[in-house]
Amino acid sequence: MSSPATPRSDARPTLVDAVASRLAARSGTASPATRSRVGGAAVLAVLAALILLPFVGIHLPWVLPSAIPVLNSIGMLEVLALCFVFGSVALGYDVLFGYTGLLSFAQVLYFAIGVYVTDIALTVWHWPFLAAVLLALASAFVAAVLLGAISLRVKGIAFTMVTLAFAQAGYYLINDNPHNLTSGQTGLVMATSRLPSILVGVAHTRELYWLALAYLALAYLVVWIATESVTGRVWQAIRENEQRVSVIGLHPAPFKLASFVLGSMVAAGGGIVYLLLIGTAAPDAVASATLTVSLIAMVVLGGLGTRWGAVLGAFVYVYLQQYLVKMAQEPSFARLPVVARDALSQPQFLLGVIFILFVLFVPGGLAGLGLRMAIRRHRRSGGDAAS
Amino acid sequence: MSTLIAILISGIALGAIYFLVASGLSLIYGLMDILNFAHGAFLTIGAYAGLELSLHLVNGGGLLGFLGLLVVAAAAGAVVAAVAEVLLIRPLYGRPVSQILITVGLDLVVVGLLLGVFGSDSRQIAVPVWLTGATHVGSLSIPNGDFVGLAAGVLVYVGLGLFLKHTRFGLVIRAGAENRDMVQALGIDVSKAFTFVFGLGGAAAGLAGLLYAVVFSGSLVGPTQGDQLLIFAFIVVVIGGLGSIRGSAIAGIVVGLVQVVSQFYLGSKSGWAEAGDISVVILLALVLSLRPSGLAGARER
Repeated sequence: MSSPATPRSDARPTLVDAVASRLAARSGTASPATRSRVGGAAVLAVLAALILLPFVGIHLPWVLPSAIPVLNSIGMLEVLALCFVFGSVALGYDVLFGYTGLLSFAQVLYFAIGVYVTDIALTVWHWPFLAAVLLALASAFVAAVLLGAISLRVKGIAFTMVTLAFAQAGYYLINDNPHNLTSGQTGLVMATSRLPSILVGVAHTRELYWLALAYLALAYLVVWIATESVTGRVWQAIRENEQRVSVIGLHPAPFKLASFVLGSMVAAGGGIVYLLLIGTAAPDAVASATLTVSLIAMVVLGGLGTRWGAVLGAFVYVYLQQYLVKMAQEPSFARLPVVARDALSQPQFLLGVIFILFVLFVPGGLAGLGLRMAIRRHRRSGGDAAS
Repeated sequence: MSTLIAILISGIALGAIYFLVASGLSLIYGLMDILNFAHGAFLTIGAYAGLELSLHLVNGGGLLGFLGLLVVAAAAGAVVAAVAEVLLIRPLYGRPVSQILITVGLDLVVVGLLLGVFGSDSRQIAVPVWLTGATHVGSLSIPNGDFVGLAAGVLVYVGLGLFLKHTRFGLVIRAGAENRDMVQALGIDVSKAFTFVFGLGGAAAGLAGLLYAVVFSGSLVGPTQGDQLLIFAFIVVVIGGLGSIRGSAIAGIVVGLVQVVSQFYLGSKSGWAEAGDISVVILLALVLSLRPSGLAGARER
């Protein structure tokens, strides 16, 4: 074989990374500890701004994708909450793909387990809310350990194909409507009788917004701790060269499974929040291969293996998707030539084009772009870090 | 008994079409280490190309017209695939993950475009009447489409075998699959082989896309049909052993049989409507647990 079966992780700008860390070291501001302190401060500032956002009623006519272009309108808070949900799911995926180098297509399966198990327990079995959540998390855990162990028996591309097959089987199972549990293609509307009243109804969109934000923050914290731990180092080592990890004397298998399970659990939790937010579970929206591809697009747009890149990518993706839908309904849109209208009426088309352009020209995603700009600025100001 | 035989033949015909899709995937993977997600788009493009031509023919145009549809479908798949290789894959040589990702993006774009232009509803391909009929042998009644699918699978299998074994280009492809760097070092332009293999895979995909629509989908074609078919082709490739054409052929028939038989005996029960699809995934899990490198893959790749 001319190349190893495991695909090399080329999507990450290791060169840029190396340059950036050297640059930071040279300019004196940045032992790794200070750097993460600066990063931590930035994350907290963004978090504080987002917590306060529902109190800010700015009118932004061309920028917002919601029907009423006010920052704290119900439609806008819903879009942002959806951004948070997919931000957390993308973050979980970044653990798998970005940090461990496992190109899984099954992340959506665990998201769907979170959505559907909670929904079925609440709606069909009339379980209490907390019990439903615990059951969903437990199911996702068991499924992740079991299917993760099977699919990790193969490496590289075969792993990707196997995870895709399992995710697709989940999709078919939901469509099959076994024992009338899932309602098949029509979708299962969540019964709200056993929910805490503060999480029910349009009037409580603000609370749901905060819940989604809190979940994203929790997911971020967990992923941060995990990826900065010794285990996180091993994940990155596996991504770079799995063979070398086993030569050193570590078994990659349990580490890969841990990464798989963590990513899946973050997705399952995101699924529960999604259900509370949207109020219905439909197979095409939560379990389809299209959603998998969207998730991949999110982490690639944002930048792999950087945590905040995945969150940012999810934000940009969901925001653009909602915005393009709104744009296609504008009266001026009808005046476009037919060809342009046909293509632009599908957000999928434009998002696909953006995705391709990023893969071709911006390999590090938005996160890598930020780093590169920092380097260029540094060079212009007289530094010679790159040489 | 005669029902069982008819079902078995239908399963083998489905397997033949899986083989058409899987052979292209396998060739591309064998030579370039790329898992081509855009293959689903090539399938759909082939089917739509056939659809567009069929609408201009009277009554599907008879046998000759139908052959014309197949040629156009294969040509459309081949051209789109070869162009995609040159424009999108070539700039990313040496970056396998990015190459896989870009095929995912290409699939998004093509499906989005088809959805925008043709809408999400399935459309009807006009085919000759005899194709939708059946042949009666004693008490047996076998759809004529099954024979067409089977014939296409056998022809492509034999043709591919001859091509790989007896032409200079086939030799380059086989050698490249074994050791790409060495072939390059010997002064052979491998990138030409890459484009060619993509085109070849695209042609097989276009053909398979149209045949699947005609034989197994009531001549209906929709924008996401190829992607649905692609998932089973992936399963076939993994079960057969990555990069092995013969493995793909065997696995294609096994998967086709398992799917059709389980669908027939279980699919009619309520809540089991997609029993066939799920049995295939269970089969995959079994094969992976017992033999991770697939049926034909003796060594770990």
